[in-house]
Amino acid sequence: MDSAGLLDDADRRLADAQRLRARQTNRTRGLLLAPALVIIGVFGLFPLTITLIYSLLEPGAYGGVKWVLSGEAYVQFLFNRDIFDGTLRFSTSYLQIFGRSIGLAFVATIGALILGFPTAYFIATKPPAQRNLWLFIITLPFWTNLLIRTYAMLLIIRDEGLINLSLIGIGIVEKPISILYTDTAVFLGLIYSYLPFMVLPLYASLEKLDFRLVEAAYDLYATRWQVLRRIIIPIAKPGIVAGCILVFIPGLGAFITPELLGGGKKLMIGNLIYLQFGTLRNWPFGSAAALILLTVVMIALLIYIRNAGKAAPGHG
Amino acid sequence: MAEISSTSAVPAPEENVRSALNLRWQPGFNQIAWMCIFFLYAPIAVLIAFSFNDNRSVVVWTDFSFRWYEAAFDNRGIRNATLVSMQVAVVATFFSTIFATMAALATTRTEQYRGQVLAYAIINQPLMIPEIVTAVATLSFFSLIKQVTGLTGIGYLMLAHTVFCIPFAYMPIRARLEDMTLTLEQAATDLYAPPWQVFRRITLPLLVPGVVAGAMLAFVVSLDDVIITLLVAGPGETTLPVYILGQIRRGITPEINAVSTLLLGLSILFVTLFFLYGKRRK
Repeated sequence: MDSAGLLDDADRRLADAQRLRARQTNRTRGLLLAPALVIIGVFGLFPLTITLIYSLLEPGAYGGVKWVLSGEAYVQFLFNRDIFDGTLRFSTSYLQIFGRSIGLAFVATIGALILGFPTAYFIATKPPAQRNLWLFIITLPFWTNLLIRTYAMLLIIRDEGLINLSLIGIGIVEKPISILYTDTAVFLGLIYSYLPFMVLPLYASLEKLDFRLVEAAYDLYATRWQVLRRIIIPIAKPGIVAGCILVFIPGLGAFITPELLGGGKKLMIGNLIYLQFGTLRNWPFGSAAALILLTVVMIALLIYIRNAGKAAPGHG
Repeated sequence: MAEISSTSAVPAPEENVRSALNLRWQPGFNQIAWMCIFFLYAPIAVLIAFSFNDNRSVVVWTDFSFRWYEAAFDNRGIRNATLVSMQVAVVATFFSTIFATMAALATTRTEQYRGQVLAYAIINQPLMIPEIVTAVATLSFFSLIKQVTGLTGIGYLMLAHTVFCIPFAYMPIRARLEDMTLTLEQAATDLYAPPWQVFRRITLPLLVPGVVAGAMLAFVVSLDDVIITLLVAGPGETTLPVYILGQIRRGITPEINAVSTLLLGLSILFVTLFFLYGKRRK
């Protein structure tokens, strides 16, 4: 064998070895990923297909479904079927629940932004060594039980709660103002539940703020308001979008907050879905409502991902 | 603190000068921030305070006492629910932490590979879908399995918890791995250590803080879940939060304040440990 042939042979062996190694890496990687992906795929993602199928079936008499194909669940969403002659009449009652959910989630998002922006700025302008502690203080309530936090909120806003007792005590009002079981209560509860989701992304973008820009603006005779509007807010914009979506999404699907603070009168989509699977025993309609909620959330998420992609190329 | 005291209607002259010189100062921001912190903690503080109130009413403070804690400990319903909660949380934490650790090892410290983004998306999926949707989808799927196989038991609930605990366990483990360089592992490989030995003697010991943090988060998240448990749990599988929800629907009792305070304390303890642990690492 001449020397060129020997070199070729060596090259081929090296390539073989590399391929073998790549295949081994791939196999190890696959084995490591398998349990998490399989368990989430089978028990987290696949059930959504079941929901889709159920939404196209007829309700069973005692919950569950009858295996008869039907688009009734989606029709029911927009129309009211007369029990006697079966005619359809356009009905907005479910649309109203959706509308209220979107409205409440939206207003709560704005409220959280108004409270969260100054808070994130406050943390971002603290000395770096203290910032983690402040972030911890803001996020700690998030890691505690949502149900218990909502219950704590209920204790405060009741007619005999702290707020009303202090208002009466100071003499601002004579009779307690009813907050509990109103939209205001749900609004307050939603802000209370998801405020940390607003503060964290806002902080992430405000932390990067270069105060030399602010200094330059003041040198050019900008007012505080102009600095805020023309420099700080534009720089924080990715954080504002991210924070708003992170509050809006869980707010839209909220269940515990309207359940406790809305008193079952001020329904949101989450309660509507729950009721269909509980006392009302209409699983197909509940499935359809769940899928409609999921669609709205996915649209919001897509906006979020596109925004994140623009804000930080290379990160997800 | 000077900035805070400027809440008074007319700020003292020297404070005016101070804020005028401070580039970072914006009017009202500090006050709103303090208001936020108050807003976040006041309800919890009231709940905790009234759990020690020696009075049936949850409105008027009379005297300090542990009587509602004693009542809660004597309550069979609460005891059973606590037991169920612990069983589910321990099992879900155990499996989700192992699976998350394996997945984190496969998704960090490698060159980009095909399907990596998809793997991320699937692992984080439970975080993106509204809990109520996951809950009814899981309920539908499990009821189908139950119909076909006839199997029942608490295993279903544990499985559902494992699914949504995985992304929470995954986050700190992945963060820890990304902070670790491959240098030590490469050195060990150069000294002819077989892959398994490299993992057991080098990667795993270095990874332990991340795994502990992941397990703590998973435990807290499992312990706190209401919606999925409410729909998936069968009879006799009431967890503590679901029990509390049932009691609140029936009316407010000081006993529930005591249990809630205990559950709150447990979460705060775990998350504080998590924070301090992370701080010491740096």
